[in-house]
Amino acid sequence: MNAPTIAGQGIMAGRYIGQRSLRKEDPRLLTGRGQFVDDISLPGMLHVAFHRSQIARGNILSIDCAAARDLPGVHAVWLAADIERPGFEMLSLYLRPTEVPTPLLADSIVRYVGEPIALVIADSRAIAEDAAALIEVEYEELDPVVTLAQARSGPPIHPGTDDNIATEAGDEEVDEALAATLAGAAHTITHHVVHQRISQSPMECRGIVAQANGIEELRLYITCQSPHMIARWVSQALGYPNSAIHVIAKDVGGSFGLKNQPWREETATILAALKFGRPLKWIEDRYEHLTACPQCREQEFTLTIAYDKDGKFLASQGDYSANNGAFPQGADNNLAAHMFIWAAYKMPTYGFITRGWYTNTTGLAAYRGPWAIESLVRETAMDVAARKIGIEPYELRRRNVLKVAEQPATTCLGMPVDDITTETCLDKLLENFDVPAFRREQAEARKAGRFLGLGIAAYVEPTASAGSINFMTGELAQVRIEPTGKVTAAMSTHSQGHGTATTMAQVIADRLGVPYEDVTVFEGDNMHGGFGPGAAGSRQGVAGGGAAITASEMLAAKVKGLAAHLFNASPEAVSIEQGMVHIAGAPEMSRSLREIADIAYSEPMRLPPGYETGLEVQFRYMPPPMTMTSAAHACIVEVDVETGFVKILRWITSEDCGTVINPAIVEGQVTGGLAQAIGMVLLEEAAYDARGNPIAATYKDYLLPAISDVPVFEFLHANTPSKTVGGMRGVGEGGAIIGPPTLVNAIADALSPFGEVPVNLPLTPSKLLSVIEGRDIAGHGGRGAAAAPVAVAPAAAPAASAGEAQIDGEWKMTMSTPMGAQEMTGHFATDGTALSGHLMSAEGRQDFTGTVEGNKLKFELKVEKPMNITLKYDLQVDGNAIFGKVKMGMFGSSKLTGQRI
Amino acid sequence: MSEPQSSFRVEMTINGRAKHATIEARKSLGDFLRDDAGYTGVHLGCEHGVCGACTVIVDGKAVRSCLMLAVQADGCEVTTVEGVAQADGTFHPVQAALREEHALQCGFCTPGIVCTLTALTKGDQKPTEEQMLAAMSGHICRCTGYQGIRRAITRLAAGEAA
Ligand code: FES
Ligand code: FES
Repeated sequence: MNAPTIAGQGIMAGRYIGQRSLRKEDPRLLTGRGQFVDDISLPGMLHVAFHRSQIARGNILSIDCAAARDLPGVHAVWLAADIERPGFEMLSLYLRPTEVPTPLLADSIVRYVGEPIALVIADSRAIAEDAAALIEVEYEELDPVVTLAQARSGPPIHPGTDDNIATEAGDEEVDEALAATLAGAAHTITHHVVHQRISQSPMECRGIVAQANGIEELRLYITCQSPHMIARWVSQALGYPNSAIHVIAKDVGGSFGLKNQPWREETATILAALKFGRPLKWIEDRYEHLTACPQCREQEFTLTIAYDKDGKFLASQGDYSANNGAFPQGADNNLAAHMFIWAAYKMPTYGFITRGWYTNTTGLAAYRGPWAIESLVRETAMDVAARKIGIEPYELRRRNVLKVAEQPATTCLGMPVDDITTETCLDKLLENFDVPAFRREQAEARKAGRFLGLGIAAYVEPTASAGSINFMTGELAQVRIEPTGKVTAAMSTHSQGHGTATTMAQVIADRLGVPYEDVTVFEGDNMHGGFGPGAAGSRQGVAGGGAAITASEMLAAKVKGLAAHLFNASPEAVSIEQGMVHIAGAPEMSRSLREIADIAYSEPMRLPPGYETGLEVQFRYMPPPMTMTSAAHACIVEVDVETGFVKILRWITSEDCGTVINPAIVEGQVTGGLAQAIGMVLLEEAAYDARGNPIAATYKDYLLPAISDVPVFEFLHANTPSKTVGGMRGVGEGGAIIGPPTLVNAIADALSPFGEVPVNLPLTPSKLLSVIEGRDIAGHGGRGAAAAPVAVAPAAAPAASAGEAQIDGEWKMTMSTPMGAQEMTGHFATDGTALSGHLMSAEGRQDFTGTVEGNKLKFELKVEKPMNITLKYDLQVDGNAIFGKVKMGMFGSSKLTGQRI
Repeated sequence: MSEPQSSFRVEMTINGRAKHATIEARKSLGDFLRDDAGYTGVHLGCEHGVCGACTVIVDGKAVRSCLMLAVQADGCEVTTVEGVAQADGTFHPVQAALREEHALQCGFCTPGIVCTLTALTKGDQKPTEEQMLAAMSGHICRCTGYQGIRRAITRLAAGEAA
């Protein structure tokens, strides 16, 4: 007990770490005493509802609010200009201005069905809704851009842009050497995956209560992923001091990536509350959630893999597109998907092009494992590749997996990796599942007309990002032994169901040597503890856990120092167990922590010289930049070939999330993610019709997995400690990443006698029957309908200018990067074919020289942050516009646009 | 819609206490219990009868309070999740089983699940595991993947948590 934890050693047999401790959160939640945002009522509080656009794209001709304003009980009906606030700026998830300005209320144009246009303030929600329904808006309707295909060929949905590309990286042209390898390989496959649009659908919708207190002081109750993150975002968006924003989110009913930041409705409510001067509440209802809330996924990925006659990988090329909707919470091309697609396998070379597209649909937000498409496309492609050469799919994985003994290694994109244990998980899975026995059972079943299938998938994910995304760094623990001897901790972590008040209390009790019952963890209020980005990227167990361990051990050392001084013993002779302080060999000197704490707080004369009174410690833990969590899963299904229905018969998970703080909580995270995976593969689809109307507006249309859709899961835990303090690896997202390919592979295996199953999610019975019967049963239902052609004019290509281009001068330029838009000013001077100049950006001034040819200019710059890379600028000037690409080493290319100043 | 709504007087017993109120005819029982009676443990997850979060017990039966009008509960005995445990705070066996089996994460769906299982196991009803699972198929939980709920049901069927 109390021996310091050494990074990378893990904690396997703690008194509390590793136990299925009952959750601290449960008593209040089981008795209806939780505090969710809609449970808050403040004196004088009024209610907000929105009037929303009924068309996907068009110009607003007029808005008539007279009837709404006349309704008894209505206090205000406000339009965009009414809530405008000088200095306010809508920010992305990355705390930067959104790539295209995101209005809070639509002004002259609307860009998706459900876009808020007017905000009503009334005595009750019912009256506010009645009033919102009385508002009349006249539009000039335009043809909407709904699908990815339409985004590519349609007119730009945002005025002042050339096309619908929100962000882009990589290269359109396949690298020559890579192309040669693809062409010369014994085998190549090209595999296409279509992932439907998903609604995150936490059971609690979004909501906020905003109360302006005095001048420049706000109290917000909001459903979120971290009250600290909300306070930081709001303070930056409004230009208020962070400490003036008090954010409370005691209980949150799930989030899954959706509630990272306040979005249009929450922010509009905040601005309206500041102006109106009374507390305002807006609670999203489920209809709004399913039709007007940010959504996720809706992606296409084409992956080519070349391999030799033995199944050894040679080269790969990827092409990715994502529907970003009209206003994403940060334009996204999913660079992480390319960074990690081959991280767990030995793939010699990989090239890609990746783009996010704007459309007239609700904006893109995060969802559990936002880059999960890489595992889906890779693992399903690998099964196709294995079937092509007649080997077991797991065998193809074994031949290519990056072995533990081969690390540290460098991926095909030049990323250093270490500590990836995918091989371990796969081996463990195969030791516990008899594939040949299943194949015999499958053959027998097929004779009887039953189609069983086995799906196996493996993956690695980066967790606990620290320093690679701007708002994700360390986590803070403030641990205190109170004068009563009880322990309280203020953590920067936050739970939307994660149970961090439980796991952090287990860690603290374990490392400090006190009973679990004596530890209370406070989170959910930004006035307690310090900044943390919250539940995102499977980080809290790793970063929060490491902080809690170190802070507790520092506090234990403080107690020991005091006890040693009081009893004239050496600190090494002091131990703390179950809240008692013992001196080795002197049982009569044992004291309760309460007695020691009382001295620490009340009797400064008895403390060692220089000893700080009280017993409190704080520590911020910064884990390594990335920690790696791996898993391999197997699933068995039966597909009914008469109905196309899929029944999941068995599902075995083999995870390595390092040190497990609480197995029940870890398994809950895995199975929650797997249920969402089942939803994605079989049921859920946030579909739109050809006019951009969301057509899954209730849970009778948007099908969430019920208990009858989700099997009993079996668990294998590998428990290889990571290199972090405590050895945790993070487990929040994994199930939603590995689940989809596992299930798709099982279905494809079951139906392999009928041919390959196109991976076009969800795999509804009608789509599977189309494979079984060899004809199109699916027809034009669901998402397919949205593909119906809509006449859209092709985007006007920027006219290539001939003759003398005027390059010299100053240019304001914007580069879209994985971290958001980067603004800069360029100064160019030409002399014949020589170019010189400098760039000014937030990072300072950088000088360069380069070359000019006609209207084209090229130059290179080296940067050191976030790592050493050379940026290669390849730009073109057209009159007063400048555009082109910037190659960023292994990060691919970014788009740059700008104008002459 | 812009006309003032007609109001009615209702009387009901909620968690053993009498409640009198004058309410609009259009108000759902769920909204009434939350906004007028203060039982915010009643959670509204969809307001269209699919998710089950709003389930309360009306005259012994599990009812979706978003689909029932408050005026329809006039004269009824209503139990919400706040009224399920014993007066001294001792958990009902359903609550105990859900806790022991880690059957909740965010807890938003939980009140409805507690009420459905409480109504189903009331008195000497001895529902089978299958009957309880069938009842649970009307509840959506987005967090847990249902594993703990299944185990809690197994426990309740075996009479272990009683
Ligand atoms: S809120 Fe009543 S069933 Fe969903
Ligand atoms: S515990 Fe979150 S919805 Fe069930």
